[in-house]
Amino acid sequence: MGTPLTPVITEHWDRPDLYTLDGYRAVGGYQALDKALASDPDDIITTVKDAGLRGRGGAGFPTGLKWSFVPQGDGKPHYLVVNADESEPGACKDIPIMMANPHALIEGVIITSFAIRANHAFIYIRGEVPNAVRKVEFAVKQARQAGLIGKNIKGSGFDLDVVVHSGAGAYICGEETALLDSLEGYRGQPRLKPPFPAVAGLYASPTVINNVETIANIPYIVDRGVEWFRGFGTEKSPGFKVFAVSGHVKRPGIYEAPLGITMRELLDYAGGMRDGSSVKFWLPGGSSVPLLTDEHLDLPLTYEAMAEAGTMLGTGTPMVFDQTVSVVKAVTRWLEFYKHESCGKCTPCREGTYWITGVLEKFEHGQGQQAEMETLTDLCGQIAGRSFCALGDAAATPYPAAMKYFREEFEASTHTSADEQFDPIASYIFAAAGVR
Amino acid sequence: MTITNEPGAELDSRPELVSVIVDGVAVSVPAGTLVIRAAEMLGIEIPRFCDHPLLDPVAACRACLIEIEGVPKPQPACAQVVSDGMQVRTQLSSDVAREAQEGVMEFLLLNHPLDCPVCDKGGECPLQNQAMSIGRPESRFTEDKRTFDKPINVSAQVLLDRERCVSCARCTRFADQIAGDSMLELLERGAQQQVGTADDEPFDSYFSGNTIQICPVGALTSATYRFRARPFDLVSVPTSCEHCASGCSLRTDYRRSTITRRLAWDDPQVNEEWNCDKGRFAFSYMQQGRIEWPMVRENGELRIASWPEAIDVAAQGLRAAGSEAAVLVGGRSTVEDAYAYARFARVALGTDDIDFRARAHSDEERNFLAAHVAGSPMRVEYADLEAAPAVLLVAFEPEDESPIVFLRLRKASASGTRVFSLGSGGSRGLSKMNGTLIPAMPGDEASALADLPAEIREALAAPGAVIMMGERVASAPGACAAAGALAQETGAALAWVPRRAGERGALDAGALAGLLPGGRPIDDPLARQQSADAWGVDPSSLPQRGLSGDALLASLRSGARRAALVGGVEAADYPDDLIASLGGVDFVVSIENHHSAVTEIADVVLPVAVVSEKAGTFLDWEGRPRPFGQVFRDAMRDCDAAVLAMLAEQWQMSAPSSVSELRAELGRMGPWTGPRESFAPVATTHSPGTGVRLATWRQLLDLGVMQEGEPHLAATARDTVARMSGATATRYGLPTSGQVSIHGPSGAISVDLEIDDSMIDDVVWLPMNSEGSRVYRDLGVGYGDVVRVMSGGQL
Repeated sequence: MGTPLTPVITEHWDRPDLYTLDGYRAVGGYQALDKALASDPDDIITTVKDAGLRGRGGAGFPTGLKWSFVPQGDGKPHYLVVNADESEPGACKDIPIMMANPHALIEGVIITSFAIRANHAFIYIRGEVPNAVRKVEFAVKQARQAGLIGKNIKGSGFDLDVVVHSGAGAYICGEETALLDSLEGYRGQPRLKPPFPAVAGLYASPTVINNVETIANIPYIVDRGVEWFRGFGTEKSPGFKVFAVSGHVKRPGIYEAPLGITMRELLDYAGGMRDGSSVKFWLPGGSSVPLLTDEHLDLPLTYEAMAEAGTMLGTGTPMVFDQTVSVVKAVTRWLEFYKHESCGKCTPCREGTYWITGVLEKFEHGQGQQAEMETLTDLCGQIAGRSFCALGDAAATPYPAAMKYFREEFEASTHTSADEQFDPIASYIFAAAGVR
Repeated sequence: MTITNEPGAELDSRPELVSVIVDGVAVSVPAGTLVIRAAEMLGIEIPRFCDHPLLDPVAACRACLIEIEGVPKPQPACAQVVSDGMQVRTQLSSDVAREAQEGVMEFLLLNHPLDCPVCDKGGECPLQNQAMSIGRPESRFTEDKRTFDKPINVSAQVLLDRERCVSCARCTRFADQIAGDSMLELLERGAQQQVGTADDEPFDSYFSGNTIQICPVGALTSATYRFRARPFDLVSVPTSCEHCASGCSLRTDYRRSTITRRLAWDDPQVNEEWNCDKGRFAFSYMQQGRIEWPMVRENGELRIASWPEAIDVAAQGLRAAGSEAAVLVGGRSTVEDAYAYARFARVALGTDDIDFRARAHSDEERNFLAAHVAGSPMRVEYADLEAAPAVLLVAFEPEDESPIVFLRLRKASASGTRVFSLGSGGSRGLSKMNGTLIPAMPGDEASALADLPAEIREALAAPGAVIMMGERVASAPGACAAAGALAQETGAALAWVPRRAGERGALDAGALAGLLPGGRPIDDPLARQQSADAWGVDPSSLPQRGLSGDALLASLRSGARRAALVGGVEAADYPDDLIASLGGVDFVVSIENHHSAVTEIADVVLPVAVVSEKAGTFLDWEGRPRPFGQVFRDAMRDCDAAVLAMLAEQWQMSAPSSVSELRAELGRMGPWTGPRESFAPVATTHSPGTGVRLATWRQLLDLGVMQEGEPHLAATARDTVARMSGATATRYGLPTSGQVSIHGPSGAISVDLEIDDSMIDDVVWLPMNSEGSRVYRDLGVGYGDVVRVMSGGQL
């Protein structure tokens, strides 16, 4: 075992009371806030910049840099918006963080707001997870009662109000500008950029939008310092990551490890593949990143190494599939998801996902045409880079990657259905028990 | 009333230029120009659907993707602002751009029904055209298309075929950004995305028809035009709108001698690319209920007569009256026709008793128009409204009374123009202009102007400020004088915005007692000389100053006048009983295109052309000529001027009978450069008494005679309600909802009450001429008069 697990955000998740203010304080919570409030906001931005923290929502944009885009002294209100609309197929790390350690998020929100001079912060939580909404609302309430949110926080003169907002069930609202529209009460559709949110975001004012995990990192960076943070990970991907491993592994779950750990190591932590099973394909971070195969298990899980392998780290929530799974069927399910979630604003995504899904469903039923394999490649090319936002790009991702490694399965699907090629029962978790 | 034109101002405002290279060709464009516009300047047409020059970019359709040097992904040309040295490659020189555009076009056609052979848009359809220029010849799509029920009504007038929609959001953006009527919205998502309205809130915008015109596919169609014609079978004629003084350029399309539709035409100085639904849809009147033949009265009954006979009888009757004849010209005449009436009155009849104001009017208004408006050059233009720091509206509701003025003020307000409205309450229009109400009791505008808060006086003192007076100033004693004084004091420009298309032209053409053409005072020797010269008569033969307004109507009623020549007048437009007044004369000649209350009592009826059957000119509120050509060249009827020329022949006089001759003669006379009539205030005592005052004006869509025969349009009119403040309702013991009745000397109107706390107290508002509320006829009172209000629907 090369790389050890490094629980930081997840360190005390075995404490049943960690979600309460007392529980969080008992493990050193809100010490970073004191430190932050005593320092110059610009120094916090510099610290985060120096730490090299990259956004954990999928794109990996340097967080400190993003903060520094907010014009200071512009006389406008600034806003912090936390993107907690975790809806990506396969991604399950923000919701556990909010469930288990909501105060790390709240403390991060307060520090970040202080740094970017925001007096209002919003936490936009996916509407389908009311339990997470309740946990965060409870944490905000406790923090407010303790004077950590409100007027003149801890005598610093800094005021902050935090609003927990529940979405209404649209994947597109995880796109940051669509999220802003939704938060403003409009229909969630991405906005034209420029202007970028850092200049004109929520209510046309400078706004920072960060992922839950990104913000939850902040207290630890402020508390323990740049050196400590950079002690994990690589030069370009410093720090640690809450990996959520799912699929045909023995112990699916959350594993916090330094960036640069390999999938093979993570698989070991997850107890390995289920008995008699081997890795067929896997995705490093949600359905929006190109899939990889067992030949990529020893690549370091970093932003740069994944890019080099033709994929992306994404949300860092690996999905692992074994030999019982039809690639054609998996890709079809993902495209059905994108078709269902396409907001409809731009033509390539709206019409492209509709078309591709229709063709893929034919392949799934063994009725694909040979020529349509090239058509699908074309169609993905007509979406990628041409859609309004990244949802379209994401929708154009699964098929080309699947074709790259599993072309023969698509060819077989011109005459044999996916279910005939791969008995679906075999892929179920209860297959081992012989249940049919 | 000052013209501020600082030298050098234009040079300073010249925009900074940047150089951009499109397909290898350099072009200099103002900084901030969009790539798609820069390419247009070079004649390079990039495909587009969502792009519209007057709407904010949305970059949704992706049809305009182009390649920019150094940018990895293709970019939408409709949203990309040029930068200096930018190298753009369109589909003409870039495979990336061409393939991206082809891909988008293929996608757009997936779920489109391709029902071009039965689609109204087929033949003038951007989707069809661009699919031909950039699309694939054959579709690779063999799956099922998504389907919707169709069509659905987004309003009574506008139908939506959701299958054809390409989700460009032009209609929703128009509704939101231009009209301010955000009733259209995109609903659902993905391929199910569709345009729609809230269940109980149809798209009853006064401007809804524009969405049909800017729809780049056949998704939005007009209930009246749907399936009526193919664009390539239509003949199109540029025309001007006859419905109001906004002055819209229109395009009239006809087929087989029938107008099939009218469109807003592109006139950046006036209506930009928009018009209102009345101008677009209300044209059936021209094709229904027309008077076909001349008629003369025999044994008390009108009978059809030949033209020679009718002209003979009319001339005899008028000649018998001689200078004891009066002329009433409605406000709907063209400049040329109004001029012909003005000329005929002075030359043939020898009378100066002429008035074009078929509506509430006052002597003060006449004097104001004579002193400040008649024959004056354009002082305030649409562009000035956009640039104005502040605009004060006096007794003027632009959305109802001059809708393009409303659109321009709304546009101006978005970029900082402050709009103040002196009136008795707020309105949907005023809120859409972010306007501020300055409370004034109806009829008491003069004192409200005199007591205007210092802050507003200051705003109006800023260079470029404008005061706009509506036609209702005539019902507000002293308002003209007060507005004139305010303009003098603040330096704000003063604009008079009549409601009808022909009023400003009639005023300038001399169809008002005391004013010869061009605003020439009839008492001025030089003015008389110039007019007489143009008309080939002796100045001494021209009449002395005659009667106008109430004095003229009273002289008719009392029998002091013997004959009346009435052209294009709707009796119900007068607050008083015109028919009773005409009953006082022996002989009435009606020159009309439709049967009316006047033709009912006329001794001779002479049918004339409607606007589609003649050429002519309207002067819009700016004073800008809006000439239009003849749509139907083989029309059976001629213009009023031609009929008047036939009459003049009976006096052995020759009068110009064609529009070109009339224009030439008016042109030779030129503008009046001598001293204008000076404004003579009229002492008035306005004491309507205590009680609830009536505020009322004509809504854009109402029972106006030129809106007849348009049920779909009429169904989009606003509901007839009475509006008053909650406090007023309480004071008079009225319920806060349900029916109330408003009583006047002639009767009562029973309508639903709508509490509107933007209204000032002790005022009730009613639509002047809407279904269930014809104020003049039903109540016998007008704007600013006192009425009684009672609860319940009992009359």
